Amino acid sequence: MSQTESHDDGHHGLMVKNKKLLMWLFLGSDCMFFGTLISTHLIYRKLYPEEFNPTQLFSLELTSFSTFILLMSSFLMALSVSAMHKGEMKSFRRNVVGVIFFGLIFLGCQVYEFAHFYHEGLTLDTGTFGSTFYLMTGTHGVHVAVGVFWLISMLFYSQSGKMEAHKNAIDVEIAGLYWHFVDIVWIVIFTVVYLIEFIV
Amino acid sequence: MSTTNTTEVINPSVHNDLAELKPEISDLGLRRPDHSKNVFIDWMTTVDHKKIGLMYGAMALFFLLVGGLEALIIRTQLAVPENDLISAQRYNQLFTMHGTTMIFLAIMPLNAAFFNFLVPLQIGARDVAFPRINAFSLWAFVAGALVINFGWILQALEMFGLFTASGATAGKNDFVPAMGWFGYAPITSTEFTGAGTDFWIMGLQILGVASLSASLNFIVTIINMRAPGMKMMRLPVFTWMTLIVSLLIIFAFPAITVALIQLMFDRVFGTNFFSVAGGGQPILWQHLFWIFGHPEVYILVLPAMGIVSEVLPTFARKPLFGYAIVVFSGAVIGFLGFAVWSHHMFTTGLGKIATAAFSLLTMAIAVPTGVKIFNWVGTLWGGHIRFHAPMIFAVGFVWMFMMGGFSGIMHSSAPADAQQQDSYFVIAHFHYVAIGGILLAIISGIYYWLPKMIGKMWQGNLNIWVGIFTVVGLNITFFPMHFLGLLGQPRRTHTYLAGFGWESYNMVCTIGSYILAFGVVLLLVDMIRCFRSKKLAGNDPWDARTLEWATSSPPKVYNFAATPVINARDAYWADKYGPENRKLGEVDESHGIHMPSQSWMPMVASAGFIPLGLGLSLMQAGVPYAGYAAILGLVIIALGISLWALEGPGGYHLHPKKETN
Repeated sequence: MSQTESHDDGHHGLMVKNKKLLMWLFLGSDCMFFGTLISTHLIYRKLYPEEFNPTQLFSLELTSFSTFILLMSSFLMALSVSAMHKGEMKSFRRNVVGVIFFGLIFLGCQVYEFAHFYHEGLTLDTGTFGSTFYLMTGTHGVHVAVGVFWLISMLFYSQSGKMEAHKNAIDVEIAGLYWHFVDIVWIVIFTVVYLIEFIV
Repeated sequence: MSTTNTTEVINPSVHNDLAELKPEISDLGLRRPDHSKNVFIDWMTTVDHKKIGLMYGAMALFFLLVGGLEALIIRTQLAVPENDLISAQRYNQLFTMHGTTMIFLAIMPLNAAFFNFLVPLQIGARDVAFPRINAFSLWAFVAGALVINFGWILQALEMFGLFTASGATAGKNDFVPAMGWFGYAPITSTEFTGAGTDFWIMGLQILGVASLSASLNFIVTIINMRAPGMKMMRLPVFTWMTLIVSLLIIFAFPAITVALIQLMFDRVFGTNFFSVAGGGQPILWQHLFWIFGHPEVYILVLPAMGIVSEVLPTFARKPLFGYAIVVFSGAVIGFLGFAVWSHHMFTTGLGKIATAAFSLLTMAIAVPTGVKIFNWVGTLWGGHIRFHAPMIFAVGFVWMFMMGGFSGIMHSSAPADAQQQDSYFVIAHFHYVAIGGILLAIISGIYYWLPKMIGKMWQGNLNIWVGIFTVVGLNITFFPMHFLGLLGQPRRTHTYLAGFGWESYNMVCTIGSYILAFGVVLLLVDMIRCFRSKKLAGNDPWDARTLEWATSSPPKVYNFAATPVINARDAYWADKYGPENRKLGEVDESHGIHMPSQSWMPMVASAGFIPLGLGLSLMQAGVPYAGYAAILGLVIIALGISLWALEGPGGYHLHPKKETN
């Protein structure tokens, strides 16, 4: 193990590395962040049930497709973490390209969805629904975009040949943690913002 | 054994002479700013938690004076009825910035100064877990402080005719935030307030980034970087409180972050989160703000409790009474802190059930707080008490904080609160907590730890006068405010008419505020005398108990020549007076102590916040190219973070000679 890493490791404490613990804590904080955004949406939805009827607007087929794509990107992310642990750089790179590609498809769907909704008349200032919907899903989109940017820079870095399994597997793992978290948040948003509208 | 960017210093004869080490070359092939002989570069690029702590402290003391000056102007305006020293608008700006400055730019960074300096020393670590993130949080704090105060500069420019506002919010004449530190909707809408509100939003957002990154860092540090044998229940109470406060910050700040983003969207893009015309509910802001705002109260006060829990045992020469229950009470206070936010909103009409529930929970918080008070009294009971300066202020804290606590319990009763709401009674309550509690504890901490920080010892008896002036001053200022509140004088009102029986009380308050201010100035004089003092502190001037006193004063850059092995709570006390099996051990560090390289990147990345924050704020005021400044800021941040990632952690090794105590 390199000296740099031995500095990172604590003397004592949890069996979790510093970087990973930091990411877990950040995700805990991010839970509160999305929690606030989603509850703002739900509160206004409950307060003004008649204000806006999104069932006309939402395309469950499209959103289900992008949700499925995001789920599958998590699967590829898990594969790339596993490849990195084994030091299989080629497989790692292939899988990361897949994650990036799927992430971009998801973002593309969201851009299409936003443009479509906008033309159908749902704008940022359409009552409270427009405000909460766009800010919440937009913030999620920004999270996905940050993740894509992160993975792209990791992909480029892996080309430099400086990436090694024993040193950088942890970095891929925490990028994976972040990616899975963003995925889970989307599952929640898909359920309580999209699906639930069609049930009640 | 070593990676490419690690320099080994094999020859132990050059062990301590940093200047003889060659600078590291980063992964990017650039030279790291290590061992610089230029003091300026050395401090700007430092990743040493001790230097970062000192810089936090210096900034915070500066803003303490700024906030204090604002308070003095407020009090002078209120000294006599119908005073016209300042306009109503200026008065609004002053009380807004007084609150914002004291909370976010004075007390929080003063606490952060202690966290930074002490936590790694108290747990026997060489530094925090992420030294560069630590530097980043310091510089982000500086950027946020600048953005939030930038309005004063514009206001001055406008006064001299050098700047005129145009655009959407022109003519509102408030470059300085003027809507209260709580920023209640809808007064924050573009209809009522101008660029000041934008500076406030962006400034708080940046300060939030600083607090969050620092807190994440401290939690990881405390959980993962403890020296061998430093079990959780052996941690000094101050470190415990740091851990709890950091957890509070990472779970409470997201609420205000989202609220500020929503507010920004309302102002810039015309969304309807809080705008009544579009169906928004201003009450939502109050909920989101206080979900953050009430934990924030404990974010401010728990470190003070930690300081006192260190000082009292040292000067009573007894272990802290009921260590476990003090720690547990701190955790309970932190936990309950999330469940009482609506007691700030009793008069908004929450309904009977909600009001009763929040009322009960608020009363419940008095229990762990009371437990702590009794434990502190229990610590003093039967101790060999020595009244040195830190002890004076720690005892002052217990007494004054209790006074604030009592009026707090009065507020927890919703019917009583309905009478006291928005009156000077509330001002009296939270200033007893903030000054009588937090500030006295911080002064106690300064008297206790400054010798450790700078290696020099206090001289003379000025500290007694500091104590007399601050405690007497704060009581003269704030005790009459209880009566003023009950007589009905409203908060946040720039003047009042004669004939309500408020005149003499107000005059007394104003006189008291000058006495208090004189006490704070005396403290600074005493600190300057300490800096110029010739008397060396030595490792352990107070015969103290915790690990930070085991190393030299000021501690060397590597903190401990050999990582200590802890065998007891109050580790250093046990080392001095305990049985053989409780004494400190040592880890064999024959491979040297790994030191992280210094870096420009944390400062570069946080510097980007300045054009970002100012640009976004000034876009509204119609300042040309402001939008481009914001984009430039984003680019600088992205660039700083990318280079930060690419330069690698770096590092070198030191082989310090074992110190002889």
